Amino acid sequence: MNTDSEQVFNEYVTAMVGGQLFGLPIRRVQDVFLPDRLTKVPLASPEIGGLINLRGRIVTLVDLAYRLGLSRRSETSMAIGVELAGESYGLLIDSVGEVMNLDAAALERNPINLDPRLAAVSSGIYRLEEQLLLVLDVDRVLAIDTSAAAA
Amino acid sequence: MDDLLREFVTETNESLDVVDVELVRFEQDPNNAVILNNIFRLVHTIKGTCGFLALPRLETLAHAAESLMGKFRDGLPATREAVTVILATIDRIKEILAALERDQAEPDGADTDLIADLERIADSVQAAAAPVHSGSTEQALGRPLRPGEVSLDELERAFRETPVDPQPVRKPKPAPVEERAKADLTKDDEAAKAGAQSIRVTVDTIEQLMTMVSELVLTRNQLLEIVRRHDDSEFKAPLQRLSNVTAELQEGVMKTRMQPIGNAWQKFPRIIRDLSHDLGKEIELELQGAETELDRQVLDLIKDPLTHMLRNSADHGLEKPAERRAAGKSSQGHIRLAAYHEGGQIIVQFSDDGRGLDTKRIKAKAIAKGLVSEADADKLNDAQIHKFIFAPGFSTAQTVTSVSGRGVGMDVVRNNIDQIGGTIDVKSVAGQGACFTIKIPLTLAIIAALIVDVAGNRFAIPQLAVVELVRARKGSDHRIERIKDTAVLRLRDKLLPLARLSRLLGIDGKDEIDGGFIVVTQVGSQTFGIVVDGVFHTEEIVVKPMSSKLRDIPMFSGNTILGDGSVIMIVDPNGVARSFGSTVVSQMAAAERTQPQRLEKSDDDTTSLLMFRAGSSQPKAVPLSLITRLEEIDARKIELSNGRHMVQYRGQLMPLVSMTEAGVKREGAQPLLVFSDGQRSMALVVDEIVDIVDDHLDIQVASATPGVLGSAVVKGSATEIIDVAHFLPLAFEDWFRRKDQTQRRRQHTVLLVDDSPFFRNMLVPVLQAAGYAVTAVGSAQEALALIDQGRVFDVTITDIEMADVDGFELAEALRADPRCAQMPVIALSSQVSPDLIERGRRAGLADYVAKFDRQGLIAALMEQAGLGDAA
Repeated sequence: MNTDSEQVFNEYVTAMVGGQLFGLPIRRVQDVFLPDRLTKVPLASPEIGGLINLRGRIVTLVDLAYRLGLSRRSETSMAIGVELAGESYGLLIDSVGEVMNLDAAALERNPINLDPRLAAVSSGIYRLEEQLLLVLDVDRVLAIDTSAAAA
Repeated sequence: MDDLLREFVTETNESLDVVDVELVRFEQDPNNAVILNNIFRLVHTIKGTCGFLALPRLETLAHAAESLMGKFRDGLPATREAVTVILATIDRIKEILAALERDQAEPDGADTDLIADLERIADSVQAAAAPVHSGSTEQALGRPLRPGEVSLDELERAFRETPVDPQPVRKPKPAPVEERAKADLTKDDEAAKAGAQSIRVTVDTIEQLMTMVSELVLTRNQLLEIVRRHDDSEFKAPLQRLSNVTAELQEGVMKTRMQPIGNAWQKFPRIIRDLSHDLGKEIELELQGAETELDRQVLDLIKDPLTHMLRNSADHGLEKPAERRAAGKSSQGHIRLAAYHEGGQIIVQFSDDGRGLDTKRIKAKAIAKGLVSEADADKLNDAQIHKFIFAPGFSTAQTVTSVSGRGVGMDVVRNNIDQIGGTIDVKSVAGQGACFTIKIPLTLAIIAALIVDVAGNRFAIPQLAVVELVRARKGSDHRIERIKDTAVLRLRDKLLPLARLSRLLGIDGKDEIDGGFIVVTQVGSQTFGIVVDGVFHTEEIVVKPMSSKLRDIPMFSGNTILGDGSVIMIVDPNGVARSFGSTVVSQMAAAERTQPQRLEKSDDDTTSLLMFRAGSSQPKAVPLSLITRLEEIDARKIELSNGRHMVQYRGQLMPLVSMTEAGVKREGAQPLLVFSDGQRSMALVVDEIVDIVDDHLDIQVASATPGVLGSAVVKGSATEIIDVAHFLPLAFEDWFRRKDQTQRRRQHTVLLVDDSPFFRNMLVPVLQAAGYAVTAVGSAQEALALIDQGRVFDVTITDIEMADVDGFELAEALRADPRCAQMPVIALSSQVSPDLIERGRRAGLADYVAKFDRQGLIAALMEQAGLGDAA
């Protein structure tokens, strides 16, 4: 096997949130769905968009725009289903894009002046032809501080 | 870990738990060969498996213990010392097992100390046992041995002790033992059969199954909903079958989660044995209802609290033998643990015949801990003071012993029980003992919940906590009062604090309570009202754990998927209770007011008094139960008409009566005490409403002043008790005459029969509000007993689905009784089908109403009995 010259590719599911393109590692993505009949949870942290029933499972929706400090562009949102520690989450996004296969070597570090809220959840940036793609670290996106909600 | 090894560890741990219990039993009943054989068999199995798995340390230990137990079988008396050493050996085996589980290998070390002890005891007996036998009657022969004869026991021992024989257990036994052995063999066979019929399944598998079944139930509900919309669907019949199978499946899976509560008690006899030794007390432990089944999850959660309470009882509750004898009790203390099912709950009762709770010390400690002021503490009765043991950070032990008092007290027990939606209460009589009653739900997985509406959002409130439902609206019996800024509900003789769910949850909603529903809720000793905008129905819900991102919200205990597929949050009554944020004392005092105390002495009876000032600075008081409402009106709205002060009040003119010359204010807010009777109201003008207090109403000095009954000491100061009867005629001259008229117009009487306290509580206020005098009973038998006593009712409303005698049978019985053959019977049922209606018609039912259709029920009452709205 010729490992030296062989390129390593990472696959990403891309999504638009507040006009910015994001990529999520495809291994972490369970499914993409239209959240239907959302139940709001009073007293929850503002990042929590609500709960839905997805085929018998209760899925916690995370308002990704709020989480990233962006403003949501569209009213009808989509959700990307991910799992963490056995729990199901749905990341609310504006729209879902294509799946991209990108060269791992082309992943660049976050620029130092990146908004700290984005930098906190991003594991790097790809320079695409038309725009930049921010790679999201799902674990860090879901590391939501809930202690404030209890107060 | 190796599968084989894992199975060995699990199985051995279970066996050891049994050995633990059995050994303690054996010590008390050393002649019981059945117990001994059972222990012997278990230890032998462990030994055998250890050898097979090459675990030499365990094998050696088990072998030594087995040898000593072999001596027991030979008649060696089970001394305390011997049993203690065997128990210590079992503990050691457990330690090794724990290490084995962790490291997958036997830990290093030797057990020479224990083995030496075991062998020493075994040897000492051998010497002692022999002469006993030679002198005794040889049981097999039925006569003393002749010189030269050898007893069968001796022979048997000789055989066993020859080194050729490695398996003493399998030896044939002498005649007297043989019979027992046979009995044991059949028992063993049965056990073996049972073993073959049960398999070990991981908890995960069952949880997974449970989730799948829940989803199936949900899908079925959705299908049913679809089919309901289409008449004459060909799916109907198969769907009905699917529905039934699903229900059975759900029940079956639930059953797999159930375990006998005895599993949580298994270690108790051993604990008590060790404790009685450590504490120098004689303790007898009685366990009842160990077979009572409850959900595994609940079982896990109550194990620790129960163990803690057992230690508490033994350490603090029971006295030392000398002290007991001095108090005229038997020197042996008694702890009784009983479990049984009652109305979808499990009741666990923990009682001892010890000294009871030390009221004085609890009080002193509560004051020292700042839980209550000294002045307030003096007003509390014993039962109220006892409740302080559940307050956080409370432990009554004077010294920290190794047994209890490690900083964990009853407050932790209470916390654990609260968490599973249970309640705990204590009753204690000094010198006679204490009794703790714990109520816990059968399962946490499926609960009945009341679905409520708050500003368009639906929430579930666990039915277990719901006492009754009250409609808050103008002119009803149940009114909402405000004392300063706090809303309270006057419900019969109780005053309940109210909380709007919308406000607790931070949802924008109407602020007006009138027109809403009040869910009267009880958590522990606290009763309060949760105000919601609407109530839909009750539903069996499958509780799903909440996302970790939401677990910090104290108002919710979980979430669920409703039959229509939507997700809703389950309100945690404990969280709501905590939101009242009042001090422990006021909570307890409020709870005490609402709960009659059985242990309370009669002179502890207190009356709720409204304290106010009018005219003089001396406080005045009137029993709260006489007052309909407290009002504060703008003084400018008071009109003078025909020489009397009037105010427009709820669409009527209400006369104001002043107690003193000081009279009515000219401006600002004028506080009023409103008294009503039927449609008429009058108000007493006061200067200031001071407080509501609970105190003994003991009028010590009668008064000559009209309008004053006399003086009593209330809250430490002399207070005039007002005679309301004096003021009423001042407002309406015909007040009392009118009253006679209303009494003449007889209220129509309704007999309500329903075995669910929830429905009784829900329907009684509805019927009362509609103007009926309601008598509610919980069973058909009680209803028939009332008729037998000669009670006459205008109409009977009965639930159809009742245990023992159902509604149809009750209707038939009533129809057959000439005294009430003419009385119409209205049936309530959660299911209405043409078949049932036909059956009801034959049983002589006048009407058939769905259980939640309250309007329909009132309409049926009016139609059937020709009873108009009697109010």
